[in-house]
Amino acid sequence: MCEAARSILVVVGVLAGAIAIAAGLIWVERRLLALWQDRLGPNRVGPFGLLQVMADMIKIMTKEDWVPPFADRAVFVLAPAIIVVTALLSFAIIPFAPGIGVVDLNVGLLFFLAMSSLGVYSVAFAGWASGNKYSLLGGLRAAAQMLSYEVFMGLSLMGVVILAGSFNLRTIVEAQEDMWFCIPQFLGLVIFVIAGVAETHRLPFDLPEAETELVAGYHTEYSGMKFGMFFVGEYIGVTLISALVVTLFFGGWNGPVLPPIVWFLLKTSLFICLFILLRATFPRPRFDQLLGFGWKVMLPVSLANLLVTGAVTLARG
Amino acid sequence: MGKSMVSLIRAAWTMLTHTFRRRVTVQYPDERIRYFPRAKGRIILSRDPDGGERCVACYLCAAACPVDCISLQATEDEHGRRYPEFFRINFSRCILCGFCEEACPTYAIQLTPDFEMCEYHRWALVYEKEDLLISGPGKYPGYNFYKVAGLAISGKGKGEAENEEPPVDVRSLMP
Repeated sequence: MCEAARSILVVVGVLAGAIAIAAGLIWVERRLLALWQDRLGPNRVGPFGLLQVMADMIKIMTKEDWVPPFADRAVFVLAPAIIVVTALLSFAIIPFAPGIGVVDLNVGLLFFLAMSSLGVYSVAFAGWASGNKYSLLGGLRAAAQMLSYEVFMGLSLMGVVILAGSFNLRTIVEAQEDMWFCIPQFLGLVIFVIAGVAETHRLPFDLPEAETELVAGYHTEYSGMKFGMFFVGEYIGVTLISALVVTLFFGGWNGPVLPPIVWFLLKTSLFICLFILLRATFPRPRFDQLLGFGWKVMLPVSLANLLVTGAVTLARG
Repeated sequence: MGKSMVSLIRAAWTMLTHTFRRRVTVQYPDERIRYFPRAKGRIILSRDPDGGERCVACYLCAAACPVDCISLQATEDEHGRRYPEFFRINFSRCILCGFCEEACPTYAIQLTPDFEMCEYHRWALVYEKEDLLISGPGKYPGYNFYKVAGLAISGKGKGEAENEEPPVDVRSLMP
């Protein structure tokens, strides 16, 4: 009974925490972008502008929820839900600290890859159901980009799996007690971060929603909370990728002095800041450059990384 | 490829160093930048050092105005001085270009550094003469058009203005 209550508490906590962090990121991102552009950012509503999140929420919730008459209604409504659901489901496998985590799956990593593949449906459906050529172009780009980067993302993680000898994220974290995998798997880390940025289609890889070419890409026709779902989905995705980078390459909850959960949250927020720094810095590549970079650079490098890691592990016995 | 990678990382580093730069934002209602006297903002009508209206209702400002926001009607008082019967500036049209100030022969119409003219109603942006007239001479203290102009008004005949010589009788033969 106590065990069941505890797991329910963890589930609710993780769900609420992920959504709260995603909402808070609206403010964090705007303040950080401003910080790096010598501006101030939203600082008027509440202390440090923290209540800006509330203001934005009230605004987006009270907006007219409109479905265009030319849209494929059922799919149009379904699409934004998918991205949030898949991103939140992926949080289930993340080990936050010893004993804190929703499920302890033996195929944890594969589950994450499966969920991020399902996330492609969201953008593809959204682009298709909008009945708008720019949305469709955005959806097509998103599908192509996410499918290609999925490949290297999976391959880059295999090095970690070889070193840890398991797909279970908890085992992977425990295997990093002596040395974080960011040292032996540096290439894997770089590839995973790049693929993660592409997977959440954030800048510099935000071609599916490139404002300068496609209005807003696949969510051009969305308004109100349906658009908000894409927004929240993106931020949950950022949090998820950061949490995974920490879990897989930076020792998860491992760290001296501070309690494990604090270490995990600290490292994760550092990587979220890195995501925002990337957005503040980089220009957007052309779409053919994006795919060319993926298949001509990332794929060979990740394969070589896998090969070398396997060979070294074999040679050591 | 490698070169561009390095340049991207350098760019990210540069961005990080901006964390400690001075902010360029001026938090407007709390902080203000200094406006100089010749900054072009709200338009006013100024007065002579004596307190009389400078405006002689010559319509040059209305003619110069590119957006036609100035309207006025000339009239004359009992001393022969021209003045505007009404003078109206529609600030919802005004682009604060300052052409009226340049056109004005008597320094009557002037632009001030004040720009805070927000209103909840459009009609409130139409300023009448009593809203525009100020009590002082504005940017040109000491200048009095009727004191330097050759025009005869009551209390000042021909040739009695400052730096003005008495009029020459062109029909006389005497040198």
